Amino acid sequence: MLKKAARIVILGTLVLTSIIGVGSVAAGPHARQVDELTILWAEWDPANYLQEIGNRYEEETGIKVNVIQEPWGSFYDRMAAEWAAKGDAYDMVVGDSQWIGQGVTEGHYMDLTDFMVDNGIKDTVTPATLQFYGEYPAGSGAYYAYPTEGDAVGWAYRKDLFEDPDNMAAFEEQYGYPLEIPTTWMQLRDIAEFFTRPDDNLYGVGVYTQIDYDGLTMGYETAMFSWGVDWWGEDYQVIDVVNSDRAVEALEFYKGLYSFAPPGTNNAFYAEMNDVFINGQAAMIMNYFAFFPALINPGVNPFAESTGFFATPEGPYGDRYTSLGGQGLSVINYISDERKQASLDFIEWFASKDVQEQWASIGGYTCNTEVLASAEFLNNTPYNPAFADSMNFVKDFWNIPEFGELLEPVQRNLNAYVVGGEGTAKEALDNTALEQYEILVDAGYIEE
Amino acid sequence: MSQAHAQVIPGSTQSSQRRKRRQIGDRTIANLFIWPTLILLIVVNVFPLFYSLYLSFTDFSVIANQAPQWLAFDNYEQILTAERSRYWHNFTVTGTYAVLSVGLQMIIGFGLAMLLREKFRGSGLITTLLLIPMMLSPVVVGLFWKLIFDPSKGIFNYLIYTNAAGGTQWLSNSTLALWSIVIVDVWMWSPFVMLLCLSGLSAIPGYLYEAAAIDRASAWFQFRRITLPQVAPLLLIAVLFRTIEAFKAFDLVMGLTGGTPGDATETVAVRLYREAFLGKFKTGESSALAYIVLVIIIAASNLYIRALNRVREG
Repeated sequence: MLKKAARIVILGTLVLTSIIGVGSVAAGPHARQVDELTILWAEWDPANYLQEIGNRYEEETGIKVNVIQEPWGSFYDRMAAEWAAKGDAYDMVVGDSQWIGQGVTEGHYMDLTDFMVDNGIKDTVTPATLQFYGEYPAGSGAYYAYPTEGDAVGWAYRKDLFEDPDNMAAFEEQYGYPLEIPTTWMQLRDIAEFFTRPDDNLYGVGVYTQIDYDGLTMGYETAMFSWGVDWWGEDYQVIDVVNSDRAVEALEFYKGLYSFAPPGTNNAFYAEMNDVFINGQAAMIMNYFAFFPALINPGVNPFAESTGFFATPEGPYGDRYTSLGGQGLSVINYISDERKQASLDFIEWFASKDVQEQWASIGGYTCNTEVLASAEFLNNTPYNPAFADSMNFVKDFWNIPEFGELLEPVQRNLNAYVVGGEGTAKEALDNTALEQYEILVDAGYIEE
Repeated sequence: MSQAHAQVIPGSTQSSQRRKRRQIGDRTIANLFIWPTLILLIVVNVFPLFYSLYLSFTDFSVIANQAPQWLAFDNYEQILTAERSRYWHNFTVTGTYAVLSVGLQMIIGFGLAMLLREKFRGSGLITTLLLIPMMLSPVVVGLFWKLIFDPSKGIFNYLIYTNAAGGTQWLSNSTLALWSIVIVDVWMWSPFVMLLCLSGLSAIPGYLYEAAAIDRASAWFQFRRITLPQVAPLLLIAVLFRTIEAFKAFDLVMGLTGGTPGDATETVAVRLYREAFLGKFKTGESSALAYIVLVIIIAASNLYIRALNRVREG
């Protein structure tokens, strides 16, 4: 009996060993040949465009590219969970610009500096996109992402209203200058005021107000940057920066714009902006360029034929910035060396001018300087000229790992002031600055 | 030999069957049913409960890729005493919401039950229609009430004849926003209270009223001395259920206001969500907050149950 059991054990061990052995021999050379790449991105049209580009890569190289799409609401959670587990489910991620600090400091992103510099890739994209999507810390010359989907806050407007002779005459009579695309924020405000006609259910401008995540902050900072203000000064100082006189002025101005916004946009972000434009309630809206394709689709927007686009205008002190959206393509640090190399090969191919032209032609927002300046790109859609223009003066907020904590007091305090009408702009920004100061002290960026 | 052998074999078969039957006895069957459930319960419920209790004393962040550091009671201290933590504001909002919402639900739900107590033509249909709101998903309710409250195209302002420029901004006014959520919650859950009260009312013996009528007791006296005491236990159960739910108010608030304007309607559950997720991922601190909420709910439930027992004992 015992002999029989021993024989079974020995036989089983031999079979198992041989299976593992054969498997190892088979896996050896095979592992070096990566035949599939997986990229995580948010669930939206650009991810479909990237899948199309990936299909072309498969045609050329035989390496299959899978773009996994996760709804925006859980995109960060999914990636964060994967990071925490040091998982290798994804080779690359097209991550939000603000993730880069966490991705780098916690070791989730692969250092792409040598790759980007040696292959000349860093010189193919606009400096602003390279800085905000790829570089960490700012000004270090260390890169961790290839600027993939450029995006920024731009503006859509109703040409039929702007070019109406009666409106043009009335506006010029009231404000003393012609009704045209605004070149300054003050003109934008005048136009918003002019078109605010509650009796006709028409309002001047739609602006971001949403409290969850970063909606309101994206809207406000578009004005704030153009007032020459930043989120922090040297050595992360926020007191007298976030709540500076100019910041107060910018916030008061933003609240003024909200008074010309369609009712019901008290918690509004990109979807609500397009909604109020499509249903004819807004003469102008702010929105990310990535959401403008819907506005030129006559099946979606009844005003598609008469919808125009412009880049964020200049502030009162001559500064001109717009809030950055978009993402960069990073390689996950936890994958094997073979998969890292295969990912770099893909990025090198993707960054080439030909592929960037293809990327732009199917709807991707390229950051490639040459493609952005090409006549083909500029004539591809009505909003591309404004997009190409915007890519030269984009600015982003914090990208340190504590960005979520810094964001929360801005969203809460500014929403209370702008939407709820509570307190003053000064109080809202004073509270924000103080709370952010405490967060930065706790995190060790500032010494108390 | 062969016969003897033949006789032995059936005997041994019977004994082995008996042995098998003994092996799968009632106790074994009970264990087979109980243990998988117990293991599932321990893995899914008990372990996370105690693990989150441990985490509430640490600085753990689920995305930080770092082991939890022991902080003792720092998280609890931060929540309950820190000047700028705003948690007391969240508790105040939740408490106000719970009192207004549950109070109105009791009044309206009990009133509806009194109206529907007597059977009349179509009463069954009306009762069924009244129950529809509580069967809907709170997220769906939140979204369509958002449209109803819309200042320019919503029907709510039209129904109450407000003429404010552009319509009354129910969801973006600091005072009205909380009332908006209360209105929706009352609309949704008063039928639940009505249902409980109806079952209580139908259980009151008719002879009590007959005896009261013989004694020429007034309608108010009958209500105060017969109806209310008889329905009170069920009313208290309704209060208990609705208070617990009010303390957990999340989906309706997120659907309607998202806690806005500012943090005017930010309930504890919404704050908990924001601390635990949304770019912050303060797992330790949010676990501590969750335990504080749990203690409050257990304390409130105990008070209600004591009151319920007092009512039952007469």
